[in-house]
Amino acid sequence: MSANPGPARAAGSSTPAPVATGSPGEELDELPSAAPAPQGPGERLEKGALAGAQAAPVAPTPTLAAGAPAVRLGRQRWEFLHYALRNRKLVFGFSVELVFVLAAIFGPLAAPYSSAGDSSSAGVPLKDQCAAFFCASGMTTHPSAHHLLGMTYFGGDVLSIMLYSLRETYLVGFLGALFAGIIGLALGFTAGWRGGWLDDILQLFTNVVITMPALVLLIVIGAYVKIHSPLFEGIFIGATSWPWVARAVRAQTFTLRERDFVDLARLSGKGGVSIVLKDIAPNMASYLFLVFILLFSSSMLLSVSYDFLGLGPTNVVSLGDMMNSAMLWSALNLKAWWWFIPPGAAMALIVFGLLISNIGLDEVFNPKLRES
Amino acid sequence: MSMLEIDKVSKLYKSGTFGGGLKAALRQVSFNIERGEVVSLIGESGSGKSTLGKIILRLVPPSAGCVRFEGADITQMKGRALHEYYRYVQGVFQDPFSSYNPLYKVDRVFDMVHQEFFPHLSGDEWAARVGSALEAVTLNPGDVFNKFPHQLSGGQQQRVLVARALLLDVKLLIADEIISMLDASTRVDVLNMLVGLKKRGLGILFITHDLSLGNYISDRTVILRNGTIAEMGLTPLVFGNPRHSYTVSLLKAVPQLHKKWEDIDIDELLAAELDREAPALAPRGPESRRYSKSSLAPARQARAKDILPQGEQGPRPSLMDLPGAPWQRKMSSPRLAKLLLSQPPPELVEVEEGHFVAVEG
Amino acid sequence: MSLKVDNLRITYRTLRGDVKAVDGVSFSVSDGEIMGLAGESGCGKSTLGNSLVFLEGRMRHLGGRAELDGRELPIADTRAMNEYRMRQVSLIPQYAMSALNPTRKFGKMAAELLKSRGVRFATVEEELRRRLGLVGLADNVLNLYPFELSGGMRQRATMVLSTILNPSLLIADEVTSALDVSTQRAVGEMLMEFRERGFVKSMIVITHDMSILAQIADSILVMYAGKLAEKAGSDTVVNNPLHPYTQLLLASLPEVGVRYDTSALVGIPGRPPSLLHPPAGCRFRARCPFAFEKCTEDPPFMELQPGHQVACWKAMKDAGLDIGPAVPPAAAVGEEASR
Repeated sequence: MSANPGPARAAGSSTPAPVATGSPGEELDELPSAAPAPQGPGERLEKGALAGAQAAPVAPTPTLAAGAPAVRLGRQRWEFLHYALRNRKLVFGFSVELVFVLAAIFGPLAAPYSSAGDSSSAGVPLKDQCAAFFCASGMTTHPSAHHLLGMTYFGGDVLSIMLYSLRETYLVGFLGALFAGIIGLALGFTAGWRGGWLDDILQLFTNVVITMPALVLLIVIGAYVKIHSPLFEGIFIGATSWPWVARAVRAQTFTLRERDFVDLARLSGKGGVSIVLKDIAPNMASYLFLVFILLFSSSMLLSVSYDFLGLGPTNVVSLGDMMNSAMLWSALNLKAWWWFIPPGAAMALIVFGLLISNIGLDEVFNPKLRES
Repeated sequence: MSMLEIDKVSKLYKSGTFGGGLKAALRQVSFNIERGEVVSLIGESGSGKSTLGKIILRLVPPSAGCVRFEGADITQMKGRALHEYYRYVQGVFQDPFSSYNPLYKVDRVFDMVHQEFFPHLSGDEWAARVGSALEAVTLNPGDVFNKFPHQLSGGQQQRVLVARALLLDVKLLIADEIISMLDASTRVDVLNMLVGLKKRGLGILFITHDLSLGNYISDRTVILRNGTIAEMGLTPLVFGNPRHSYTVSLLKAVPQLHKKWEDIDIDELLAAELDREAPALAPRGPESRRYSKSSLAPARQARAKDILPQGEQGPRPSLMDLPGAPWQRKMSSPRLAKLLLSQPPPELVEVEEGHFVAVEG
Repeated sequence: MSLKVDNLRITYRTLRGDVKAVDGVSFSVSDGEIMGLAGESGCGKSTLGNSLVFLEGRMRHLGGRAELDGRELPIADTRAMNEYRMRQVSLIPQYAMSALNPTRKFGKMAAELLKSRGVRFATVEEELRRRLGLVGLADNVLNLYPFELSGGMRQRATMVLSTILNPSLLIADEVTSALDVSTQRAVGEMLMEFRERGFVKSMIVITHDMSILAQIADSILVMYAGKLAEKAGSDTVVNNPLHPYTQLLLASLPEVGVRYDTSALVGIPGRPPSLLHPPAGCRFRARCPFAFEKCTEDPPFMELQPGHQVACWKAMKDAGLDIGPAVPPAAAVGEEASR
């Protein structure tokens, strides 16, 4: 993690570069040709995944584009936008992410077959499912015009199931990141600002949680409580992945605390909470944003792996569940690649997009990387 | 009664690989600051001068001793009382860039004071006050308002911070190296501005490593070395008639425009330097004529004995090492007091009226 | 003639545009001379010093040349310069002492550095130890990590290492700035001794501190806003400066013995102009109490007395030179000097 309070300060000390060379529109036009090679296979999947969500405009966050002409923005924010829109990695990563997010939000509405809420049998009446089960050859079908991504063993439309799954996976990822962020920030700021014995205790607690094997814990919990909701999964992921946020925030707070402007705020009679919120936290805002993005991708990965192991919520479908049922029903042996490759590839792309935008953001926030 | 009384203030820091040892940044330092007086606190790096400034500003707690402002012990102040204390005692720090939060405009340093200390004042009344404070530091309001810190020069930034202090009913200003980062051609203007404020009754503790600056501005001088006072007194006496060997060697080492470094006893000087650095790495070899003579070693040891407690001649005597294991870190105050008392700093002797010198071993 | 710099122009790339940090600078340093290069922050003195050894990625060579011992220095070609670095010309950069790799022992670092210059450590090891001894460092510093050394010790060790191949020219950038006064003096005297012992032939000492230069330098070159203001022997610069900037700068320095109540000093009002778009004419014009119409023209860097060069119309007039008529105000580019 290279982000530190430095970039924010350095960014502030440079005047805004002459207004954006190319309009946001131009940047977007360039994007497809500029996109890196790995897009090849991804694009196909992306398009497939999007079949039901054609409405999604392939634009980076429209808010950014809308904000661009408003030169009256604070110089910092303006400069940030200027560099953000010119950073190909960031634009690419965010575009990929936006496609999936829109698919997750609007996809289920446009899904060709409605989901019954089961990972394997979306859109297929129960009796058909039973029939399928007893049919030796199964009903797995290759992708076709009717079923763009083919059908599962039970005749579920893979595309429809995936659109529902995306939503669940994103939800759990977001919840996990949110809880981990809240706990990590609260403990990190407290430990870093107060220091002393409180810091010692919180450090100890953090280390205990770090050493706790989350998977084993989840299995033990699963043995007693049946996990029904994505909310619980999100909380669990949040509660086990906050420690490194707390550690990083604590370390940053420690260094920022030594800066003279913090002393000046104290001499101005400001209390600890106000100083942390108004003087310390904004100076690591870029860093915190990066942390949240990384958390988001890691909690999605965690949720998919928990679901794949069958430890996830039972009443919804997620990408992990899809892969789980594909494995359970020997999709690999049946050579029904369309059953497990799309969810796996979608997951990989989502995380890839987040990581690429993370690198891009790092370059945008950090003037040193920006220069080269 | 003096305005500020610094009474046997000591500060210990954890040190060593596992925080097991203790180092004394300050050892029983005592002196007073009167109303409207400029006292310069001069010391080299590691002398504890900035630590003392922070203790007075309540940014760092002392390990022992107390600081009294108009008779009230400030080291125990909390909440309301501390808030009121900051009405009268303020600070300006060395690095003007670091003193501003880079995300906010310069005006915020004034706004914070407005919110916290004068919430009843209307915007217009407040603006008038800020205007007159800026005038006192010879700044034009138009030059600083609505600007980001990096748009001001270092001198302007420091003046704004002094103006901020003046908005309060400040009686004592702790100026910690406030001009060392400024360009030579603008330094003296900031010094002259401080002199102007002193004439209006402001007391100033001027912390610096630069003897010529301290000499230029102050009424009294305190020379701090390794956390203890080596010499203090009226500035003309300390600079005109230095008695402590450390003060003498410092004065000999100061580069001057019109006086060359020649004819100064290098042995003595180097001894002062080396015992601060690392006596374990004593120079050797026949050729090290100029930088080390065999006569150097005893001189250095004698000096080391002066600043170190018996049996504690460690490699870096700039701070006093005290015994202590990790489990002793949170030493109870009686034990700490005992430890400190067992190793008192050199006694100060009044050699002439208003001129005190530490007894040398 | 050791170093000869002719009309050197270097820009420095920033986000806001190109800073003309060194703008047409010509001077020379003789064999055995310690030349002080003085000026305020941002006047281009560090850029000038650095450009003679290592042109950073952000620096661009616009024109001019530098010659060392009769051979042209390929300063624009960082690769070709490798042959000259450390052997012919060596640089102690600003903050060198805090830039040492904390995970490398000093000896190991020295060996790596020498290897990169194609020198085997073993061949110079003995000399290195001898010289470390000379500056008061026992040879076990080679086995110590940078954090085990004090600031002054690190500074001395860096200086010994950078001169180990006996370069013709040493450029020392602010080597005394972050040190305590007593250490400062030791380092300053060390620089003089290096010259006496022939470790280096000549030296450029870059600093903002005129009083250090008064102690150790033979000559002082004063820079202001990317241009040369004055060059003369150090006693002459300190006692009889001709350029108003040097005069005012020296008058603003408090010295031990000067007190505000007996002799109050004054600073120089105003700020140096931005070097992004420097004003035409004399760059000190806006802050100069003696400025007159002629100053809207660029003053030449002229030798007014033997060995005393100044770039100032007023000084030329005072010296009885015919400076010609002032250009009509309309012809002068009406830029205000500073913001």
